[in-house]
Amino acid sequence: MMIFFWIVLFLISLSMLGFIYRLIMGPSIPDRVVALDSLGVALICMIGMISILSESSFFLEIILLIAILAFIGTVAFSKFLEKGEIIQRDNNLS
Amino acid sequence: MKTNDVILQTATKVVFFIIILFSIHIFFAGHYTPGGGFVGGLLTASGIVLLLLAFDLKTVTTTLPINYTVMTSIGLLIALATAAGSIFFNVPLLTHAFDYFDLPLLGKQSLHTAVFFDTGVYLVVVGVTMTIIQSIGDDD
Repeated sequence: MMIFFWIVLFLISLSMLGFIYRLIMGPSIPDRVVALDSLGVALICMIGMISILSESSFFLEIILLIAILAFIGTVAFSKFLEKGEIIQRDNNLS
Repeated sequence: MKTNDVILQTATKVVFFIIILFSIHIFFAGHYTPGGGFVGGLLTASGIVLLLLAFDLKTVTTTLPINYTVMTSIGLLIALATAAGSIFFNVPLLTHAFDYFDLPLLGKQSLHTAVFFDTGVYLVVVGVTMTIIQSIGDDD
């Protein structure tokens, strides 16, 4: 059964290589942002596999932490791309 | 140009409470599992940052009227008081104590004075992070 998880880990790392290719070669900025978000999701899957392989449940909180941080980072980047500023002073004025 | 953020704002109203609950869990589970005051404080600060992203600075400061510099000093005071409290029991500085108590709903729990020190760390981390982010986002 362990060899199955090692194969899954290898496949996830291959998909991370694809995301890194899109991160470097992406022609526009939103391509790179989506690649970074997907890289976070692939990292979550990788930590899940590693926590199965190392038979430890202490990594499961790290998974939720990375999910929250990837979401906030993607939201911040897309707001910067759309409005030009990350934190607005007053939403109703502009 | 006026944009409509209704999906982001509605999602934020749900996700904010999940982040705050997770940060409280991380804070209280720090004695036996990974976590503690620092990570819990950073998670709370990132929840407030998500509010700042979805809404604006004026709405968040009227909803959460917290002076974060005062919050930082209160956290430092709590940590200092925990350190100084051991003097009154004739033991070295920062000596902690714990004992087991029968709580009404929770059963037998060990209460440790390191929680107060961790509360100080938590308040300082939240205060410093939010002071940095608000003062950077405040300028025109």
